[in-house]
Amino acid sequence: MFAYHLISRSLKRLCEFRELGGDRLHPVFITILQRLGLGLLTLFLVSIIIFSSIAFLPGDFGEQVLGQNALPETVAAFRRELGLDQPAWWRYIQWVTAVLQGDFGTSFSGRASSGANEARTVVELIGPRLWNTLFLAGMTAIIAVPLSLFLGITAALKRNSFYDRSVNAVTLTTISFPEFFLAYLLIVFLAGFFPTLSTVNDNTEFGERVYKIALPALTMTLVIVAHMMRMTRASIINLLASPYVEMAQLKGVSRSKVILKHVLPNAWAPIATVIAFNLAYLVVGVVVVEVVFVYPGIGQLMVDSVSARDIPVAQACALIFAATYIILNLLADVIGIVTNPRLLHPR
Amino acid sequence: MNEEKTYSAAGEVGQVRVRRSRWERIRIELKKAPVSAWFGMIVIAIYAFVAIFAQFLAPFGEAQIFPKADLPWAMLGGETQHFFGTDQIGRDTLSRMIFGAQNTIGIALTTTVLSFLIGGSLGLIAAINQSWLDQLLSRGVDVIMSIPSLIFALMLLSIFGSSIPTLIFIIAALDSTRVFRLTRSVAINVVVMDYVEAARLRGEGLGWVMRREILPNILPPLVAEFGLRFSFVFLIIAALSFLGLGIQPPTADWGSMVRDGSRFIQFVAYDWTLALPSLLPAGAVALLTVAVNFVVDWFLHKTSGLRDEH
Repeated sequence: MFAYHLISRSLKRLCEFRELGGDRLHPVFITILQRLGLGLLTLFLVSIIIFSSIAFLPGDFGEQVLGQNALPETVAAFRRELGLDQPAWWRYIQWVTAVLQGDFGTSFSGRASSGANEARTVVELIGPRLWNTLFLAGMTAIIAVPLSLFLGITAALKRNSFYDRSVNAVTLTTISFPEFFLAYLLIVFLAGFFPTLSTVNDNTEFGERVYKIALPALTMTLVIVAHMMRMTRASIINLLASPYVEMAQLKGVSRSKVILKHVLPNAWAPIATVIAFNLAYLVVGVVVVEVVFVYPGIGQLMVDSVSARDIPVAQACALIFAATYIILNLLADVIGIVTNPRLLHPR
Repeated sequence: MNEEKTYSAAGEVGQVRVRRSRWERIRIELKKAPVSAWFGMIVIAIYAFVAIFAQFLAPFGEAQIFPKADLPWAMLGGETQHFFGTDQIGRDTLSRMIFGAQNTIGIALTTTVLSFLIGGSLGLIAAINQSWLDQLLSRGVDVIMSIPSLIFALMLLSIFGSSIPTLIFIIAALDSTRVFRLTRSVAINVVVMDYVEAARLRGEGLGWVMRREILPNILPPLVAEFGLRFSFVFLIIAALSFLGLGIQPPTADWGSMVRDGSRFIQFVAYDWTLALPSLLPAGAVALLTVAVNFVVDWFLHKTSGLRDEH
């Protein structure tokens, strides 16, 4: 909005100013700074949206959390703890500073009407689960990224062959299936080989952990391989049709050299963008898959906190998911800018 | 030799041109439709039929509870009249599948229509207005779209609680951002046309310009988008119900049926039919989305004239 225009304008000023001094900022640098500024602004607005959710709570939330027979003093103390007696902007500032320091507040669950407070902090709840989710997402990415790049590039090179058609047909179907259907299909076919419940805890060994998350990781792999493979294939086909590739073929460069020297250097930007976009997609897919396999991750925690209406935990989870999504998309943008040779050598 | 059947170019040129009626054109298009589109249309027709006439087709009531629970295929042994067995509290699975079609598709359709009403009209207004209002709406939509919609929906549901009307409103509001973007981007090319200006100059109101001048010209992409949005909304509602936060029991719904069936899932390694209670509704969701995608694909191909190389 206005702030974005302001940021970009002041950056342009800065650039002109530097130019006068003879020390010019690289234009790519400015574009990246603009994107980063826009990303920060988006994060800020998203945090406002997520924060203001607590202000829209219907009725008196204190009684709902603490129970019907809570003493008025207890309810008043709870309201004071939430800061409901202070103006919203002040609460927002307090909340943001606390979040920036890694303090997401205290969970609503574990509070009794008597005023006894056995609630755990949100960070305590989220910490180990965030690690579990990152482990699952990491495993998926390790399998899915090389596989989809291989499938996408080979399918593009052998375009319209039987191989290309069959890979295409399979990915088109998996794209339109809901995640839980894929998960149950995998369970039916692979239940004999892998555990259907991914129950892990802190003491689970690495090898056992990998074995237990095989099915959820495979489900998510199927979903994102389909997306990534199709996008990679499309971008490679686009490049293969470009004039300089035709020129290289016409002057008799060997096929492998055309691909290595002419196609791939230009393909990195779209491919990196594709990967970042799909890792962002993984963030959403993880919620359903974690619930299917009862995997103790942050998605499951968010679902539980939403059904228990445990707002601080839900807020923290939403903020983590949204921030990951925004940052990954930002990263995709930045990689796209940095690897674009036309932007790197202006004029 | 029959003289009437000999071909002459002059004869063909000289023929009186008869304008084909709308039905004839549709029939010709349908004849040329590929197998996948036919498959999709037939599947959609069957779903629509089942959804509309659920009350007459279902052998038992939606929430009718039988004292004895049965496994799938128990009917083949002649022990029971429940074809796919019953769920954990003794409700007939087949009947719940049929009623689920009515509820799930009905709710998804309502949501999509609502999101098109909101997003479409705001998009048209933004395209016509192109001032601070356009800026405000577009940037606001940018921010909302930067949060994954499933996460946003979950957060909103934690605040407003989950009932069917709130579910419909939340999903419609979140989904209308995408409709807004598409409508605005296609309408902005039409707004600058001379006939729109002419309509404005002769003093037509905003509503007339939107409905009679712009809308007919941006209809094909919007229709295709309607199909895509429908399958997306359908999936997200099924996912929310599956997470236990969407449509609540006793209303039969495919997402929550998958959830109910999933309690047997740890025994699937010993008997695969135990996966059926969750696999059947999940498969029903999957089949409908695939069918809609096939039809939309064909429609986009027809209307855009583009051959997308994906």
